[in-house]
Amino acid sequence: MHIFEGFLPSPWWQLWFVFSIPVIFFGMYRLNKLVSEKRELLPLLAVAGAFIFVLSSLKMPSVTGSSSHPTGTGMAAILFGPAIAAVLSIIVLLYQAIFLAHGGLTTLGANVASMGIIGPVFAYVIYKAGMKANINFYVVVFLATAFADWATYVVTATQLALAFPAEVGGVAASLKAFLLIFATTQVPLAIMEGALTALIFKYIIQVKSDSLIELKVITESVLNKIKGAGQ
Amino acid sequence: MKGEVIFGVIVVLFIASFMYGIAANPDSEFGGADGQAGDVITEIDSDYQPWTEDSWINSIKFEPPGGETESLLFGLQAAMGAVVLGYFFGYYKGKGQSN
Repeated sequence: MHIFEGFLPSPWWQLWFVFSIPVIFFGMYRLNKLVSEKRELLPLLAVAGAFIFVLSSLKMPSVTGSSSHPTGTGMAAILFGPAIAAVLSIIVLLYQAIFLAHGGLTTLGANVASMGIIGPVFAYVIYKAGMKANINFYVVVFLATAFADWATYVVTATQLALAFPAEVGGVAASLKAFLLIFATTQVPLAIMEGALTALIFKYIIQVKSDSLIELKVITESVLNKIKGAGQ
Repeated sequence: MKGEVIFGVIVVLFIASFMYGIAANPDSEFGGADGQAGDVITEIDSDYQPWTEDSWINSIKFEPPGGETESLLFGLQAAMGAVVLGYFFGYYKGKGQSN
């Protein structure tokens, strides 16, 4: 659920573009480098992009009586890092803004910041920390992607709260109101996204584990451990 | 199999929570959370109008005429992604088996 067209007044929509544009350029540079140096990773890149396409189209009902959709960006962040995840998510956000009146072009900067950058950064940091702590690979993937999904919507709520401080209570009161909508709706969806991503990673390991090693997502010894466990 | 079983259990729990949600919010149509956020904005600032209403920016966008077209485009988005995912896993699984 992205911020509607025109629903961020000046200077907020410009500020979020200022935040997002450098990351997008850095991501395009990284993407270019990846595609030219390691062509064999292209299929996996397509999978990461396709996963975002599928997940962000699924508007799922939540226990709170409203609907929202998962983001799918956590997987791309784990595989390729947050900058490339940002480039992949801007494709989806543009599609939805131009053809579906979902999200918007003026709010694109803010929506890329939440779904494409800050969420994926959470996924990446949690993933790296979890792997370092030697936690089970699938548990780490679950946690990283579920929290990335959830963080995306906490950021959306924050963006709206900053732009629309309440008359009584200011930004904090607004934040509470927006969090109540986004953060609670998103809890069951984030759990679903985490579980689905972990399952997809199981299949990636089955069919294309060499790419994961090439991307330094997992080490040889971790891979052997996973395969030995026969999950 | 273990991974699929865990995923299946989580799916069942999710459906159960949705059923509970229907019972707990009998009047809800489960509209988008972004629409609710729009309501909160109106509550905070009742005069707020999206400043892009008369902007040229709307002319480069396609506005679905109704819910049917919108769900078609969302369906297409999911289908495009699913085709790529299916192709990838099918191709590499077959390749792995033939080796």
